[in-house]
Amino acid sequence: MSTDASTSVTRADVCAAAIADAFRDDGEIFASPMGMLPMLGVRLAKLTSNPDLVISDGESLFLAGVPPLFAKADVVEGWIPFRRVFDVVAYGKRHVMMGATQVDRHGNQNISAIGDWSRPKRQLLGSRGAPGNTVNNRTSYWVPKHSTRVFVEAVDIVSGVGPKRAREAGPAAARYNDIHRIVTNLAVLDVKGAGDTVRLLSVHPGVSVDEVRAATGFELEVPADVPTTREPTAEEQVVIREVLDPKGLRFKEVPRPDAQQGGAS
Amino acid sequence: MSKGPRDKRMSIDEVVGELRDGMTIGIGGWGPRRKPMALVRAILRSELKDLTIVSWGGADVGLLARAGKVRKLVFAFVSLDSVPLEPSFQRARQEGTIPEVVELDEGMFQTGLRAAAERLPFLPMRAGLGSDVLVNQPWIRTVESPYADADGAHEELVAVPALHLDVALVHMNRADKHGNATYLGPDPYFDDLFCMAADRAFVSCEQVVDTAGLTVDTPVQRLLLNRMMVSGVVETPHGAHFTTCTPDYERDEKFQRAYAAAAGGSEEDWAAFEQRFLSGDEAAYQAAVAAFAEEGK
Repeated sequence: MSTDASTSVTRADVCAAAIADAFRDDGEIFASPMGMLPMLGVRLAKLTSNPDLVISDGESLFLAGVPPLFAKADVVEGWIPFRRVFDVVAYGKRHVMMGATQVDRHGNQNISAIGDWSRPKRQLLGSRGAPGNTVNNRTSYWVPKHSTRVFVEAVDIVSGVGPKRAREAGPAAARYNDIHRIVTNLAVLDVKGAGDTVRLLSVHPGVSVDEVRAATGFELEVPADVPTTREPTAEEQVVIREVLDPKGLRFKEVPRPDAQQGGAS
Repeated sequence: MSKGPRDKRMSIDEVVGELRDGMTIGIGGWGPRRKPMALVRAILRSELKDLTIVSWGGADVGLLARAGKVRKLVFAFVSLDSVPLEPSFQRARQEGTIPEVVELDEGMFQTGLRAAAERLPFLPMRAGLGSDVLVNQPWIRTVESPYADADGAHEELVAVPALHLDVALVHMNRADKHGNATYLGPDPYFDDLFCMAADRAFVSCEQVVDTAGLTVDTPVQRLLLNRMMVSGVVETPHGAHFTTCTPDYERDEKFQRAYAAAAGGSEEDWAAFEQRFLSGDEAAYQAAVAAFAEEGK
């Protein structure tokens, strides 16, 4: 590994900082990341912009400290078995960042199955907690590979509920529906475009708006001026590299540029 | 002389002998964690058929589906965690071999069990609103709140139907012969709710101890099951294998990989796995697992 590659800001680091920003203004709530980059981003936020965040080991413990990815818990500050996760979902003081096999123009998410529900072409996990999350607590999505396979006109099965469908389902569904951010390996988006549609908020350094458009399978709302996603600060870079992910596990989800060039893209 | 509560110890086969074709069976644990696998394996060996299985699913669901035991499945997910997608379940869904499927949000699942445990027809909840859970299960209805909110509106909520069970099967770390039982791992999951949602509950456990032994090294708060919820107790050491049973043992990842490879492989791969591990009784299974663990050491 060249010195240059180890010190320059990588795409994975940009994603981690963008995810951290999604949790920056949440205050004292339970941050529930699903997946590696979301876990990294949440812990980065807790060590920088939002120390009040409540985090867990992803199993059953609230952690008082902020251990590196997949390290054992140090100081424990609470107990969060699955039954209590459901309690907190309904209580509302939670922000979950889930994965998404499909996301559509209206911010609906699918993790259940591809194809027809009665006999799917490809069975996935099942809807898990997505229906409940999206009508109870703040929900964001992490998409490590922004492509037209993920961003589709209409999802095959609605697991996570976007704002338009929530509104159509009535006040009980819309009241706490809060789809906050969609962070991908190319860009940051939200669902506050015209008619509750997906809107581009920023493109990551080195990514063009056209690239994001081409990787999105629906008409994306693009403002006149699209800012560039900020690079992580020097402090954040140290926290990511030295503290939270010294082994570089994040590159398994968002490969380094040299790896990207070497791969089949 | 005092007569004490009755002794509910049974064998694995006696538990399965209490089951009937067409029953609704709830399986405790969570995904690939603390599943009553010895009892599931005994169902695989039995002639039972047309079962309705209610489970936050792992290999329990995959194995029963693969064996053609499942007429109806109630689930929110099926996963092996370190292997995200359960190959046998995937295959069953993609080949359409489970005649009836009910897909719920994972929190709705708890609410449904709670309704059954509280002998209510339903409990209200937000989860499901706006999602395809209500589209694909059109028989799940909504209910209007009789109470006005601050704006004078009456919220329309999901009436989560009770998930009533004929039988619950759960696996605990320790139990006494009367059915009091503790979990020693990080999470109780929902095994108490499964038992209370069922007409009868059978508890397999790593070890049967005397009642006083249940709280010797363990806080009383870990006594999740009370004997009034339990019809039978069966000691099945390593009975949750290959799922977790912390702290007695963790998930057998090597074995799980072998299971997933066989289940996701050819018919021959699966036949070889079945022949090696699932063709005998529980003792034969455990012996085959021990031999497998020795390989490559």
